[in-house]
Parts: sequence; structure tokens; C-alpha cells
Amino acid sequence: MTSLIEVVYFVAVALFILGLKRMSSPRHAREGIVWAGVGMVAATVATFFVPNLENFGLMIAAILIGSGIAFVSGKRVAMTDMPQMIALYNGMGGGAAAAIAAVELFKLSGHEVTATHTGITVHLAVLGAVIGTISFSGSLIAFAKLQGWLRKAIRFPNQQIFNMVVFAGTVGSGVYLAFVGADISMILIFFILALAFGVLVTIPIGGADMPVVISLFNALTGLAVAFEGFVLNNAAMIIAGTVVGAAGTLLTQLMAKAMNRPISNVLFGSFGVTGASSEEEVEGSMKPIEASDAAVMMAFAEKVIIIPGYGMAVAQAQHKIWEMSKQLIENGVDVKFAIHPVAGRMPGHMNVLLAEAGVPYDRIFDLDEINEDFNTTDVALVIGANDVVNPVARSNPESPIYGMPILNADYAKNVIVIKRGQGAGFSGIENALFYGDNTRMLYGDGQEMASQLIQGIKEL
Amino acid sequence: MIETISGISALYIFLLAAFAGYEVIAKVPVILHTPLMSGSNFIHGIVLVGAMIALGHAETTTEQVIGFFAVLLAAMNAVGGYVVTERMLEMFKSSKEKKND
Repeated sequence: MTSLIEVVYFVAVALFILGLKRMSSPRHAREGIVWAGVGMVAATVATFFVPNLENFGLMIAAILIGSGIAFVSGKRVAMTDMPQMIALYNGMGGGAAAAIAAVELFKLSGHEVTATHTGITVHLAVLGAVIGTISFSGSLIAFAKLQGWLRKAIRFPNQQIFNMVVFAGTVGSGVYLAFVGADISMILIFFILALAFGVLVTIPIGGADMPVVISLFNALTGLAVAFEGFVLNNAAMIIAGTVVGAAGTLLTQLMAKAMNRPISNVLFGSFGVTGASSEEEVEGSMKPIEASDAAVMMAFAEKVIIIPGYGMAVAQAQHKIWEMSKQLIENGVDVKFAIHPVAGRMPGHMNVLLAEAGVPYDRIFDLDEINEDFNTTDVALVIGANDVVNPVARSNPESPIYGMPILNADYAKNVIVIKRGQGAGFSGIENALFYGDNTRMLYGDGQEMASQLIQGIKEL
Repeated sequence: MIETISGISALYIFLLAAFAGYEVIAKVPVILHTPLMSGSNFIHGIVLVGAMIALGHAETTTEQVIGFFAVLLAAMNAVGGYVVTERMLEMFKSSKEKKND
């Protein structure tokens, strides 16, 4: 029986890796998650047959309750809220890994040390517990922030020193558990400190940097699962956890790079402190345009590139924008969508939102793929995006966003910017694009303006 | 009991799995980053297996309570991760597939 269980685990792990691999192309991506899902179900069923297990009633109850809550919440969540939902589920995984370690540590505190609980496994249990617990409480804070429950970045004097002390305490109590022995009061102190550290390290981080942090916690949960896998001697957990740990680390790096924010800055710095010179003057003035004129401009263009930002999603304008694009395509206009890596709330989020609106993925292009095209584009339509099209990032070394790769919308013959009002963007930095000679501002709500553009194109 | 994985082979597993994870992700286009993060989030839902084993071996009430929460949280991780990833990926379609709808 045990060898059969091992075989099932092996197949499950193979399905996980192949599934992740399948996700590397939009055409097969859905199959990828289904494969991984089959692996998960198989591994779970097989685990019921592991010898000498008890508490099946509790086990089934916990699975049913957990699955039920997650299924309903996962089906209901809006696509715009996806990042915080991922954070939440990730936190659950970290918490589970920490709880496994807790069970093992409590076993140690109450019983004679057995052969399976000696030496290196205890150290790994404690290590997994630290990582999993930090990921748990940190992810919950990340969720609360993105959900809007915790709006401000919380900072206080000597915060980093305080955090360091808490971290040192966590490590110290962990070392005690690993090397001296597990007693109940020390186990409690250890988990409370680790929980507190997860909270403390996440509260000063602003909403814009949250995707990087969520991705980091995702990688950490993977690692915690791998360590607990070593403790339980479970190859499926070791491999799947390590794969996610490595993949998550790479993903975190890619995201941080796309946002031009080194991971150390995300964790220990902040925009407001480093970017003191956001006050600089921009010459020229913003020139408004009417929706009907903008519609004419686009309808008679050969090439239009649409640059959506999170503002579009907030205004729920993506469906209207796609409707407008379809009209333009019928008129023979070449319409493309240009996505900045940090458009939306995390890399790739905007693609999900556009996909939801029905935009086919072969009309959507990455920054690297499309930036050359702006030179030959008649109209660049910017909707709800700001910092990602700010030419200051190319030209002004003083600017806090200097060096961030941007979409070169200003190279297009004409630029139309749909914007609510005249204020500065998310980061509070003036956008030189809005003052450009070839730029026209279309003031109003994204959805309303998109409707007016559709109307304008129809009337031609 | 399941065969024990000895120290050095555990290290090999760790190393190779890390490379596998790195390589698999390295080729993923930016447009799939969010679903991918969600997908990898689902995969560490395998912690459910460990949680079940921990609860299955729990003896005292304290251990049972913590084990129960481990399974509960792990099940949420796995099921929630699957549902949201599947929802996101289901929406990715090309122009051709759209026409066939």
C-alpha cells in the first residue's frame, strides 16, 4: 500500500511540474491548472490510505469546511480583487505549514524524543515554522491593505530597530526550540514573535509595492511547505514546495525589476522618503479635447495603441473600451493594447482584466514587444494609466521613477489621455506626457468617455 | 512507514526541484504572471497532504485542534488557489477561438 501511495505522490508531483510548464503559454494554460488539479486530488485521496492515521472525522470535516469557504469565495471574487485573494489563500498555506510544525513541536514537548524526531528534522521544522508563520500573518496584512481595510502605511520611529529586535527574538526562541528542547511556553513565545514579525514587516509597505511582497510570501510559503515535507518525510511536499519556492523567488525578482524597485527598497524603504524631488515644474499646458473629436481622430487613424491602467479597471471601462476597439477594427484600424508590466495591481493583472472584457490575447502586447511601434502609431489612447507613460522616467535623473521602463506613448503622432481630473498620479509625480504638444486630454469618467467615443465613431 | 529520505538525497531533491521551478517559470510571458503566481500558490496547497498526516498522528487535544486548523487552512489554500487560477486562465482566448464561440 505504501509503495502505491508513493507512486501516486510521484505522479502528482510530475503533474504539478508539467502543469506549471503548460501555463507558460496562454493556449495551454488552462490545461496546465487542470493537470495540477488532478494531481492534487490524487495526492489527497492517496493520503487517506497512509497507515496508522487517526482522526478521520476531524480530517474530513476540516477539508469540507475549508474547501467550501474557499470555493464560494474564489468563485465570487471580482477580477479586480484577485491580487488580495491570492494573498489570502497564500497566507492560509503558510499558516498550514506553521501549524504542522506546531503539532510536531507539541509532540516533542510531551513525549520522549523518537527516532523520527531527532537532529536535523527538528531544525527544519522550526525553520519551516518561522517562514510559514511570517508568510501567514504578513499575507493577511497584505490582504487587508489591498482590500482597503488598512489604508495607510504604518510607520513609527525606530521601526526597523524594533523589527530587528522582534526578529532576533523569533530566531532566538527558534534556536532554543531546535537545540535545547521544546517546552510549551517557549513554543508559544516563538509563534507569537513570528506572527508579530510578519505583521511588523508588512505594515510599513505601501499598496503599490504589495504585489512584490505577495509574490515573496508566495515563495516563502513554498519553502515552508518544503521544510515541513522534510520533517514528515514526504517527497511530494518537498518537491512541490521547492518548485514553488524557486519559481516564486524568480517571479518576485521579475516583478521588482518591472517596477524598478529593488526588493530591498520594497522591504526597507519607501517612495515618499527617497523621492524628495517630485516638485519639479513641467513646462507647457494641458490641452483638452472633446470626445467627438477624439473619436474622429481614432476612426481615421491607421494604427491605434490603447494603453490601459488600473484607473480603467476602477472605472470598469474595459468592456466599453473593447466595444470601441471592435468598431475601430471594423473601420479597418489596426488596434493593439500595450500593457506595462505593472499595469493593474500586479504584473499580468491587466491582461486578466482585459481577457475578462473579451479582448483576445493576440491583440495584447508587452512593453518590449510594442515600444518600437509607437513611432509609427497615429493615436496612442491612454486610459487610467499615468506613471507608466511618464517620459520623465527617461529624461529626469532627479525623478523618483527615473530608470523605470515606460511605454513610449509620447512618440506617437497623437496622444489622447482619458483622465478624471487634472491631479497627479498614484505616486504624486507630475506627468510630462500630459503637457506634450501632441497630447490632448479627454476629461471625464473612463466608462462615460468610452461610451461617448463609441457614439462618436458610430455617427461618422 | 514510508521509506526515509536520507540527508544527501534530500539535498539532491531540493537542488533539482529548485532548478525545475526556476526553469519552468523563466519562460512564462508577463501576460500570465498573475495567473501563474496564483497557480504556484495552488501548488503549495500540497501542504494539505502534510496537514492530514499531522492531524492523523495527533494524540492530545491540543495537537488535534492545531491539526484541524492545519487541514482547514491547507484545504482553503488548495481549493481557493485552484478556483481563482482556473477562472483567470479560462478567460484567455485568441481571436480565432473567439470566432468559434
